[in-house]
Amino acid sequence: MAESSTDGKPKKDRWASGVTPYAEMGYWDPDYDVKDTDILCAFRITPQEGVDAIEAAAAVAGESSTATWTVVWTDRLTPHEHYQAKAYKVDEVPGTPGQYIALIAYDIDLFEEGSIANLTSSIIGNVFGFKALKALRLEDMRIPTAYVKTFPGPPHGIVMEREYLDKFGRPLIGATTKPKLGLSAKNYGRVVYEALRGGLDFTKDDENINSQPFMRWRDRYLHSMEAVNRASAMTGEVKGHYMNVTGATMEDMYERAEFAKEIGSIIIMMDLTVGYTAMSSMSKWCRANGMILHLHRAGHGTYTRQKFHGVSFRVIAKWCRLLGVDHIHAGTVVGKLEGDPAMIRGYYDVCRQRYNKANPETGLYFDQDWASLPGVMPVASGGIHAGQMYQLLHYLGEDVVLQFGGGTIGHPMGIAAGATANRVAVEAMIQARNEGVDYFSEGPDILTKAAKGCPELNAALEVWKDITFEFTSTDTADVVETPTSS
Amino acid sequence: MRVTQGTFSYLPDLTDEQVEAQILYSLQNGWAIMVEHTDDPHPRNSLWEMWSPPLFDLGEDEVDVVMREVRAAREAFPQQYIKLVAYDRSLGRQTTALSFIVNRPDVEPGFRVERQENADRQIRYTLHAYATDAPVGQRYGVNGSSTSNGGKRKSDGTGSAE
Repeated sequence: MAESSTDGKPKKDRWASGVTPYAEMGYWDPDYDVKDTDILCAFRITPQEGVDAIEAAAAVAGESSTATWTVVWTDRLTPHEHYQAKAYKVDEVPGTPGQYIALIAYDIDLFEEGSIANLTSSIIGNVFGFKALKALRLEDMRIPTAYVKTFPGPPHGIVMEREYLDKFGRPLIGATTKPKLGLSAKNYGRVVYEALRGGLDFTKDDENINSQPFMRWRDRYLHSMEAVNRASAMTGEVKGHYMNVTGATMEDMYERAEFAKEIGSIIIMMDLTVGYTAMSSMSKWCRANGMILHLHRAGHGTYTRQKFHGVSFRVIAKWCRLLGVDHIHAGTVVGKLEGDPAMIRGYYDVCRQRYNKANPETGLYFDQDWASLPGVMPVASGGIHAGQMYQLLHYLGEDVVLQFGGGTIGHPMGIAAGATANRVAVEAMIQARNEGVDYFSEGPDILTKAAKGCPELNAALEVWKDITFEFTSTDTADVVETPTSS
Repeated sequence: MRVTQGTFSYLPDLTDEQVEAQILYSLQNGWAIMVEHTDDPHPRNSLWEMWSPPLFDLGEDEVDVVMREVRAAREAFPQQYIKLVAYDRSLGRQTTALSFIVNRPDVEPGFRVERQENADRQIRYTLHAYATDAPVGQRYGVNGSSTSNGGKRKSDGTGSAE
């Protein structure tokens, strides 16, 4: 435990005008008895030189709840003890001098029911620019059942989506249309059709495909629906194309979503960049209109990637499960984008489990009861291909959408062949797993065997056999166990 | 064409031995088993006919009980789609865990896309299965059904073949 602030000067009266240390104003309470209804946060704090860790933690608690920089007598018009957040535990991060994990409890009364915008305005509102800290990271958040129950959760959730698609027992597979930008609507429809008829369940607009001069949204939607329906007829399967409804205003987003519904799309998507209120609005619309809602986490890397500052993706995933999306991009482990296996396991657990047990290895600081809120389907996208299927199944499990964009469209025999290669690979791997084969160690053999009857898979394995993305992750678990109490 | 609903439709049709391995996996997970059949392959047909009541509480050594049902269903409906469904009743799932086709008609004529042209270049799409032009029981040739009552159903749920 770090020392509390003592600068030798006599203590000033709590209510005298001027500046009182946050820790002495009630924002530090090592004896605090955490309530079941409290929102709990784990912050990684890096105080400036000479700033005491406990005072820094108390400052975070203060600035993210009721405090300002100086004493105000108007606090005395309120039961301020109730509304003050309390830092109740501060521990130095083992092996990383200068960094501390601070646990802070917030009374549920501080937050508006069902509003991620309000929750985040408090908890990540001002404090991240606080001068007394070099850096600050929100590592995790425990949302109490009482607050969980004020949120709608996913419009459908994993179970309902599978029943609607009539697809069970294997990962869903998809592809993002490439090139990301520049295709005309008819060419775009061609890519969608080939990928879906070849065996994919879904195709997807890219995050930055909205409504540009080379292809307006309405034209893209119309051509994509032709592709979806033709592919459905060719296979007898339910197919979908995520229509990106991200737009400049909510009015634009509603207009696009309504049109997607009118022409029979089963799924739409939006980007994280639209913000929590817009996402919550689209979630509500999707629930009312039977539309599956896919979320692309565009922009998250700007604040989730660095370990010492920002907000962990596990927290973003929690917020998105609460406000309600059916799909969320959550990492691939083996692909081209950042992702330590243990950290990604934590994100996937947050999306899918009914109850998360605190686990320092996966970065989960608190137990989290989801109170029967349906699970969100995690999406793995970015630099993955059929040759990695055993790793993907091993790391990511069965309730996941595997998206092979380049890994479908870049296939030497064509887009449909690329799709078939991916579908055969996933079905062969599931078959082997269910038969009791150690599919992780025998994965390459299983794929080679399946490829004997499938030239499309054979070609995929050949062209991408040596492609891996081996870089060190920037965001990893602390080597030694970090605090897990709640 | 080939209807590719179900978990393993992109692989060569499973042999009985391979089907048995999937049944064993399902029983090891404590899942109930259902055998269902249809001659309406529309992708949104979520209610295939139940061949029998679900087979609950089977032990891992009772793979053959399920296989008897599969064989009996194939015999009754050799020209229909038959699927084996493994059902997970556990809290939070309460849904199908695995579902794959174990029998299909010799000839699959597939689907016609019907387009209704509307204003503003909009098109209303409908999928029409050619097979469903004929009444139930007369689709996929004369062997679509074995009996005039559309196939016997068992009601005791014990899984014994008729």
